[in-house]
Amino acid sequence: MIAHLFDGLPRRTLLLLALLLLIGLTAPLYAGDYLLTVLVVILYFAYVGQAWNIMMGFAGQLSLGHALYVGLGAYTAAALYVHFGIGPWIGLFAAVPIAALAGAVIGFLAFRFRVGGVYFAILTIAFAEFARVGFDHFGWIGASAGLFLPVKQFTHNNLWLLRGNPTLFYYVLLVATVAAFVGCRMLLQSRVGYFWRAIREDEEAARALGINTFRYKMLAVVISAAMTSFAGVVFAFYYNNLFPEQVFNIGQSIEIILAPIVGGVGTLFGPILGAFVLTGLAETLTRILEVVGVDLPGAKQVFYGICLLLVIMALPDGIWPWLSERFKLTGRPK
Amino acid sequence: MPLSIYLNVAIGGILTGLVYGLMALGLSVIFGVVRVVNFAHGEMMTVAMYIVIVLFSAFHLDPLVMLVPVAAAMFCFGYVLQKGVINPFITRPEHSQFLLLVGIGLVISNVLLIVFGPDAQNVQVGYAFDSYQIGPVIIDATKLYAAIGAIVVASALYVFFQYTRLGTAIRACADNYTGALVVGLDVKHLYALTFGLGLACVGAAGTMLLLIFDVTPSVGPAYTLLAFVIVITGGLGSMPGALIGGVLIGLTEAMAGLLFNPSAKSMFSFAILVLVLLFRPQGIMGKRTA
Repeated sequence: MIAHLFDGLPRRTLLLLALLLLIGLTAPLYAGDYLLTVLVVILYFAYVGQAWNIMMGFAGQLSLGHALYVGLGAYTAAALYVHFGIGPWIGLFAAVPIAALAGAVIGFLAFRFRVGGVYFAILTIAFAEFARVGFDHFGWIGASAGLFLPVKQFTHNNLWLLRGNPTLFYYVLLVATVAAFVGCRMLLQSRVGYFWRAIREDEEAARALGINTFRYKMLAVVISAAMTSFAGVVFAFYYNNLFPEQVFNIGQSIEIILAPIVGGVGTLFGPILGAFVLTGLAETLTRILEVVGVDLPGAKQVFYGICLLLVIMALPDGIWPWLSERFKLTGRPK
Repeated sequence: MPLSIYLNVAIGGILTGLVYGLMALGLSVIFGVVRVVNFAHGEMMTVAMYIVIVLFSAFHLDPLVMLVPVAAAMFCFGYVLQKGVINPFITRPEHSQFLLLVGIGLVISNVLLIVFGPDAQNVQVGYAFDSYQIGPVIIDATKLYAAIGAIVVASALYVFFQYTRLGTAIRACADNYTGALVVGLDVKHLYALTFGLGLACVGAAGTMLLLIFDVTPSVGPAYTLLAFVIVITGGLGSMPGALIGGVLIGLTEAMAGLLFNPSAKSMFSFAILVLVLLFRPQGIMGKRTA
């Protein structure tokens, strides 16, 4: 399987990948503190975007409630740490199954009862909103007052407890993003990947060919939810505070899907590229407005929104398909 | 608690629900014809609400009088938006449309934030604290007027769609896109008209909602979600369904706020949404299609 990982990729793409990996691995050596925190955000969105992409980009199921899985992962790991002193890596064994189970329940209900298309998207929003209001009244995890992880001055980074400076989180997320990238590539090359794309293109036809569409759609939701919950765990330990109003917010779900859509739905580079472009854009706008001296709340979001509209109007398939077309980075024709 | 409290809260919920229903009707009409889900519906309503705020502070007109000009302004906004921006997206996949409207919503709510600031605003009318008493039941005048306005506007829209040539033409587009093109209907124009009408509904709803609630620039997404819940509960694409869904959700939220915790009330409407999606996905009034 590993041997086939690079099948059909032109040499220039491989070179590009190697270069990116090298830059990624060495970035903390020359990037300043500010840039490093921006990179952490970029990697976070690249990773969750990749996870969301499995559902939408591969299997064609539009989820607008991925904040649910981030939130479940974040709250489970954080609550275990705060209440029982259980570290995040052990906490994963609870956080990931809980999020996967939530995904399975939503998927089961939706696919059994034939809730599809826009209705499926709204169902996912409904569950995320349900969780938001529910957690707002859930005393054990702090309800609407929030859940706080104890913060001390750390003299050294502790990978086991995920306590430390942005460099630690940068590497954790870098490994996660690379693993997600490679994992998704393997999935796409596997039987399951072909089944997913068959379902995405024409579900009726896929079923007629004997594909158990219910099973493979379930698989997509569960894998996506499980992957997303890991990002939630990192989120909790990076920010050290969680509020239902913030973590489960629909705005959070929207932010998760912006990067893969702008970068290119269904492509492997799309989520990563989208995260770089969007986070880069947001940071650039902040800087420009600072320099120009515009201090209006909302000004940045207006420009951000306009850029978003321009991109989606000009490049309906996203940036990556356009780039790879121009520079011939994809070997085989799609 | 005496029974009359429940009754008062229930009636208040139903009346507010009718206005919610009119807001959702706009979403339903747009989806039913143009097949685009307006994910910036709530944000567009806040635009109407701020138009009312501006007109009110300038001329001190009663919001009920402003209903027509605000609806007309929103109609023009919707017409231009559909023709200029949204129309190229009607054949694109849902996630692409979603992103477009999220982008529009983001721009709208932040422009409002820049212009009007983050504080809640409302209109103070002379009859803000008036009420009618029928036996043990006390009805707020503002809610009553708002609900009557909602019914009038919804009825007018229904008559338009059922009995005018233009309304019939729009329904033809909704039923059979290709057929409408074949018989020579200007579908692009009709789609823009429909989007305009949808926003006129939401404009009227926003005007009357301002009699009951404050407005802030960030309140849009909550109303968008509320409109989704109502429309799916009532039946996406069904006109009576939107009003019935509105009444049901308005009543549920009011009762949940009274019996449980006001901040948990939206949980009940989402629970209704989930149940409807699972057991009657076409909605209460919707027709089942393949």
